[in-house]
Amino acid sequence: MSTPAREALDRHATPWLFATALATTAPHFMHQPPWLSAVAGALLLWAVWLWWKDQRLPGRWILIPLVGAGSAGILFEFHTLFGRDAGVAMLVMFMNMKLLELKSQRDATVVVTLGYFLLLTHYLYSQSIPTGLWLLATMWLVTATLIRLHGGPSSRPRDTLRHAGLLCLQAIPFMLVLFLLFPRISGPLWGLPSDAFTGKTGLSDSMSPGSIAQLVQNGDIAFRVRFDGALPPRQKLYWRGPVMEQFDGTTWHQYKGRQPAAQLESLSPPIGYESTLEAHNQRWLLALDAPVALPPEAALSGTLTAINSKPVHERQRFRLTSSLDYRFNPSEDPLVLRRNLALPANRNPQSRALAAQWRAANAPEAIIAKALALFAADFTYTLQPPLLGVHGIDDFLFQTKRGFCEHYAAAFVVLMRGAGIPARVVGGYQGGEFNPLDGYLVVRQSDAHAWAEVWLDGQGWRRVDPTAAVSPNRIETGIADALAFGEPLPMLIQIRADWIRTLRYRWEAINNAWNQSVLGYDPQRQREFLARLGLPDADWRSLTIALGSACGLLVAGLMGWALYKQPQRDPVVRLWHQALRHLARRKVDCAPWETPLDLARRVREQRPELAEAFQRVVDAYLVARYGNTDKHLKTLRDAVARLRQ
Amino acid sequence: MGIVATLKQKLFRWQSDGTAPLRLGQRRIFIVPSRGGLLYALALIVMLIGAINYNLALGHALVFLLAGLGVVGMIHTFRNLHGLIVTPGRSGPVFAGETAHFELMLDNDRPTPRLGLELEAESGNPVFATVNRKKSSKLNIPVSSKSRGWLTLPRVRLSTRYPLGLYTAWAYLQPAMRCLVYPQPIAAPLPDSSPTPLGGERSGDGGQEDFAGFRDRQPADSPRHVAWKASARNAGEGPLLIKQFAGGAQVELMLDWQLTDAALSDETRIGILTGWVLAADAADAHYGLRLPGIDIPTGSGERHRQLCLEALALCQP
Repeated sequence: MSTPAREALDRHATPWLFATALATTAPHFMHQPPWLSAVAGALLLWAVWLWWKDQRLPGRWILIPLVGAGSAGILFEFHTLFGRDAGVAMLVMFMNMKLLELKSQRDATVVVTLGYFLLLTHYLYSQSIPTGLWLLATMWLVTATLIRLHGGPSSRPRDTLRHAGLLCLQAIPFMLVLFLLFPRISGPLWGLPSDAFTGKTGLSDSMSPGSIAQLVQNGDIAFRVRFDGALPPRQKLYWRGPVMEQFDGTTWHQYKGRQPAAQLESLSPPIGYESTLEAHNQRWLLALDAPVALPPEAALSGTLTAINSKPVHERQRFRLTSSLDYRFNPSEDPLVLRRNLALPANRNPQSRALAAQWRAANAPEAIIAKALALFAADFTYTLQPPLLGVHGIDDFLFQTKRGFCEHYAAAFVVLMRGAGIPARVVGGYQGGEFNPLDGYLVVRQSDAHAWAEVWLDGQGWRRVDPTAAVSPNRIETGIADALAFGEPLPMLIQIRADWIRTLRYRWEAINNAWNQSVLGYDPQRQREFLARLGLPDADWRSLTIALGSACGLLVAGLMGWALYKQPQRDPVVRLWHQALRHLARRKVDCAPWETPLDLARRVREQRPELAEAFQRVVDAYLVARYGNTDKHLKTLRDAVARLRQ
Repeated sequence: MGIVATLKQKLFRWQSDGTAPLRLGQRRIFIVPSRGGLLYALALIVMLIGAINYNLALGHALVFLLAGLGVVGMIHTFRNLHGLIVTPGRSGPVFAGETAHFELMLDNDRPTPRLGLELEAESGNPVFATVNRKKSSKLNIPVSSKSRGWLTLPRVRLSTRYPLGLYTAWAYLQPAMRCLVYPQPIAAPLPDSSPTPLGGERSGDGGQEDFAGFRDRQPADSPRHVAWKASARNAGEGPLLIKQFAGGAQVELMLDWQLTDAALSDETRIGILTGWVLAADAADAHYGLRLPGIDIPTGSGERHRQLCLEALALCQP
């Protein structure tokens, strides 16, 4: 059926395809290896140049080696051709190579389909509002390209863009209906490639000097919390992450072996809240200290960290309950206690000597107070501490006296262990920023924190935060107040101007609403939404019916629009057309060149029985049309009515 | 058969007399997904699986938007044909073997252009058309003619894939249009003429006496008769001119069926007669045509030539 004439691609359609290729691949340049972007850009430029000079496209003997070389490069870079990053790289490469092979309409269709497909791949990297808007604009462009391909050379760019815009706008109601009602399945359908989740920041399961200080310089949001009741006091907001018990002299590690189950007794009324965790690719949930009730997919570890069954690879909501005052493991396993007294033998002799000295003369409570008093006396809280040597704790305690929370927590725990008090380091976040616009507490990476926990006989594990002794502001108002001006904090949290803060609150509230209601629309939310619609326990069958009827309504509406014809405004012409329609029903059609009088003559020949009635219509029409309308409209109406009898 | 015929009549019937303008209504328009549409649907399914697998909310939204675009595209493709007014025009006669052109007029009374229209009477020979907003455009549908006589316009398929190419919408048009196909001329020497002096007193040899003006040169004219000076005046732009002289013996020819070889087939004899008519006309002769049952008296000129060719086209020996 297809002929060469129909299949040939017209020259002026090609720039649209270049624009499509550029718009759909360009955002990937931000995270691709630079050589790949350079190759893709060079291919695009080459295609544009050939088009501009109206030269022949390269033959197969150039294209096939090019595809081979590109694939080999990707294989070398990613060690695979599949998976997320390599797959996207292949698509980008193919898209730009296809531009060197644009001969027929079919090639162009492939470019457009590939363009639509590439739009999807951007969401693997970002699903923010700006990405969504950019891709909406790109989709408009790609659709315009498709329209231009089929509109032929006589279509004007403005009309094409307008038509594409109209199509996209009309498609939006379908998108909304499908988005809300299409039965959702929570993925993944099968195992995802290992590189599906990369490049996420957050706490790690070890701590060394500088690791948290580095994280604090990141203004990204770690999680958002909405409390059922009032916001607890700020100095109680300790979000518990990994607990580190093993120390090798420099770095603190989590103990990987089995822990006895935690015995937790809550001493204050439980606080319910919902936490929306950003992806951090770890299993801990960062519950408020101490969690008493967890969602079914999570469990409480022996060190009181809420642990999810799977790593959190994407933004996820959790319903949690915590008690701010608690008693934790008053009778601890001796093995655990021994582990929390261990110190590397040949490190930090000065600190251990100091601790031993304290131990001889004091009760545990007094030792803690002494250590805190030591920090409070002449230590500085800073993000830029001097470098420490092999005996890092000694250097810090007796020489530099400048450090960040991990230094204080580590030094405190070493002192405690040296003095015979079981102690360990807890990583997590402290504080957060309350957004009055949407009532969410926002906790950022810059709120990352480390504190200590000591075990006292009869009391169990007790939280001690040595940073509070050095810089009470850090705990009470936040890190921006605690640090001196000029520390490398994220711009975002350093700016204190009220109007900027209000703007930021607004932006974050919008983002949060987007995350919660659009990105977080999962099977659970869908059920809630349907229940609100009056479909309490909707299964796929009722969903299909709802979906079908909603789409049917939309199609009917569109059909109405498509079939709508602007009514004839002039009543005289309208009546005349009525008469003609009536004649047509009696098998007399008016030819376009026929005057009313000619037609009347013909009617007399073909349909004598209609002749008289029609003649009256013609007379009335001619008078009404060319005479005085007001008076004769009624005559015409009557004449037409009589004809139709 | 009865039902199919009735249905066909109902669906494809033009209007009562087949010459009036026709506005394409929804019952005449058919629509199916095109190959591009199937590719698109396949891409959407793959994308949906990807969106589910990676749990991309915006991926879902994109797939749903594209699905909506597919539905909207169907309606737009349909709308590109709906309400188009088709008016049959004229078609000039052709000789058998030539391509006949049937004129159709497409009217668009909508404020948006209709692009990417395709009309096809014979498969493999489409005509592409666009109709601007509130405008009309005239098209000539080519149909190759094979034998003399009336050639009726076969069913015309008016189709479009605009705007997205995901669907093909089409309607069948069958206006009552016909085109006269003259017989294919066979070149043969003119039969012996009986030069009868016209008006008597003006006898002479070859009419080369009184200069009467110029006419365009025809391939049959001898180069000796070309008025080179007069032709050169147009700087060689126009055709060569031949001096014409009034008077002289007008050749009078009677092209008779009986003059052709009776051993030949009827169609060949008609072809020879056609060739004679053309030759006689080119030679500016006075000629008549005598066919079984038809007798056209001598005459000359364009109208006379048409009359003779028409008689030959429709003659039933």
